[in-house]
Order: sequence, then C-alpha cells, then structure tokens
Amino acid sequence: MVDSNDSHRIKIIKTIPHQNDEYSATEIPADGHQAHPLKVYFVVWGWLFILSACSYAIDFMGVQGYLRWTLILFFMLVKAGLIVAIFMHIIWERLSLTYAILLPPMAVLVFVAIMAIESNYTVLTRFIFFDGG
Amino acid sequence: MTDASPAKVTASENRPKGLTGLIEDWSSDQRAFKNVSWRKAMMWIFLLSDTFIFSIFLLSYMTARMSTKVGWPNASEVFSLHIGHTNFPLLLIAIMTFVLISSSGTMVLAVNYGYRKNRKLTAIMLLVTALLGATFVGMQAFEWTKLISEGVRPWGNPMGAPQFGGIFFMITGFHGTHVSIGVIFLLVMAVKVWRGDYDKQSKGYFTSRKGEYECVEIMGLYWHFVDLVWVFIFAFFYLW
Repeated sequence: MVDSNDSHRIKIIKTIPHQNDEYSATEIPADGHQAHPLKVYFVVWGWLFILSACSYAIDFMGVQGYLRWTLILFFMLVKAGLIVAIFMHIIWERLSLTYAILLPPMAVLVFVAIMAIESNYTVLTRFIFFDGG
Repeated sequence: MTDASPAKVTASENRPKGLTGLIEDWSSDQRAFKNVSWRKAMMWIFLLSDTFIFSIFLLSYMTARMSTKVGWPNASEVFSLHIGHTNFPLLLIAIMTFVLISSSGTMVLAVNYGYRKNRKLTAIMLLVTALLGATFVGMQAFEWTKLISEGVRPWGNPMGAPQFGGIFFMITGFHGTHVSIGVIFLLVMAVKVWRGDYDKQSKGYFTSRKGEYECVEIMGLYWHFVDLVWVFIFAFFYLW
C-alpha cells in the first residue's frame, strides 16, 4: 500500500535529475572523471592569451592611477576565474568541494584590510619620527 | 550494504544539487566529497594550504610597499629589455606569462588525452608542458642574473626601497621552485604514461595504489595552480 506521502517523495526523487536540464552539458560523469570536449579548453586558452595581452597593454600604453589598478584587478580576476573554473574543473565539481576550496581564502581579504590599515599607520609614524633625523 | 571504499562511492547523480546538496554532503557520518577520489581531494587541500603561503607572501609585499617612505622601484623600468634601439617595458615578463599559459593549455590536453586512453599523445603533451615549464625557469634565471648584475640584493638596490630585492627574490624564487618541482614531476609522469603504467594499473612507488589516468588530472591541478599564482604575481608585483 502506497500512502500519499510516499508517492509524493518518489515524485520528488524522480524530478531531481531533471531540475538542472539547462546544465546537462556540464553534468558530472558518473565515475567522477573530468573528461570534457576539447573545444571549451581551446576557447579558454585563447581568452587567457587575449586577457594576458590586455594586462600587458596596460603597462605598454602607460595607463596610470585608479584606471590602471581597476584594469589590473579586473584582468587578473577574470584570468584566475577561468583557470580555476575550467582548467581545474571547479564548475564541474560538486559544491561541497568548491566551497571547501574557495571560501577559506576569502579570510585572507580580512587580513589584507588589517595590514593595509597597519601599513598606513606605520608610514605615518615613519614620516613623523624619521623625517627630521 | 554499499561498498564505502573511496573508489566505489561515486553515485552523485541521485543526490540533491545546489545549496541543498552542499548541506546534505557535509552533514552526518559520510564522505563530504562524493565523487572525488582521495588523491584529488588531498591535492586540492594541499593547494589550499599553498594558496595561504603565497597569499602571505603577497600580503607582506603589500605591507612593505605601503609602509616604506622611500619610493618603490618602477617595475616597468626595472624589468624592461633593450632590443636594438627600443626599450620594451616588461617584455621578458610578458613572454614568461605567455609561456606559462601555453603550458597550462598543453596540460589540459594531456589530461583529456589521458582519459581517452591515448597513451602516446598524453606523454607527448606532458613532455611539451615540462619543456615550457623549464623554459619559464630558464627565463627566470636570466632575469635574476640581470637584476643581480644591476646591483639588486635582498638588502638593498640602487633603484629605490631596499625591501624590493628581498620581496622579489622571495616571491619569484618560491614560485620558480614550484615550477621546477612541477617540471620534475611532469617528467616522471610522462615516463609512467609512456611505459603504460596507467593502462596496466601498476602500483605507485609511495602509495602502492593502482595507477590511473586520474593521476594526470591531479598533476594538472598542481600545474594550473602554479600558473594561477603567476597571474597574481604578474598583477601585483610587476604591473601594480
């Protein structure tokens, strides 16, 4: 005898694999091996070349100031993202691995903020106490 | 009773995905990484620890550069190359960047051909990757020689803030060491692939686990990480 609760549950389990139909191209193979069509690698490879050329162009054309720093960070993050996502297969891994790897380094950003404040204080005291002497 | 040995727990398609999947995978007595072998998980965790090491290096560089009263040497000029009568800023560094990216590209090809059981092409791609890596280290040696001949030392230099030398040698030296170690392991792996160790599933030296083509993918994770670190060094040390 199937009660209504059970049949409901069965329906949910059946629908789960189809929830992500739009991602079916990036489905993880059953054996966990990361075998993907070569085309995606060549596209990413090409983009990494283009983005590196853009980074170099920033220096070659002598862009300065906030525009320079913004562009450097932008190209750096896109390149790093492409390498981690595609070359290191992170977008094809399950979230439990992705978060375990990508979340802890975020703590470094807090450290960066702390040290930036500290450095400003250090340089200020150096100007005050070392400039006269 | 299902076999819970790492190699056997692979069923991931029936588990919930997204945030629900994240919580389900981490809760209660079970493996957190459902479809990832022990080797791959350990390589990722090693890379995570290495991320912290390089983060701390770059962080100390930021602190030194922000807190010095003396002007920081202009990397664009320090690392420029004279060819003929023209001066190319950062030329060698740009070439090194392209060499390392190319080696990452050949590495993904090696991984892919490995899973297709194409023994020959996998070994060739691993050798090309190792060759590009060795080229990178060679160019770095040239760069070090050039800077040392110009008087850059870990304790001072003629161009500006004395911390420049120490930071430069430490960060690029540590990265170059990573590349060199990677080249050695790429060569070892190329030999193993060429001999067909992963087709015969021969046992490894240290672990006596069965060899599989997944080892090539894990080697690839390390290699791409080295490339990834260079992306950050290039941005923060050379371009900033």
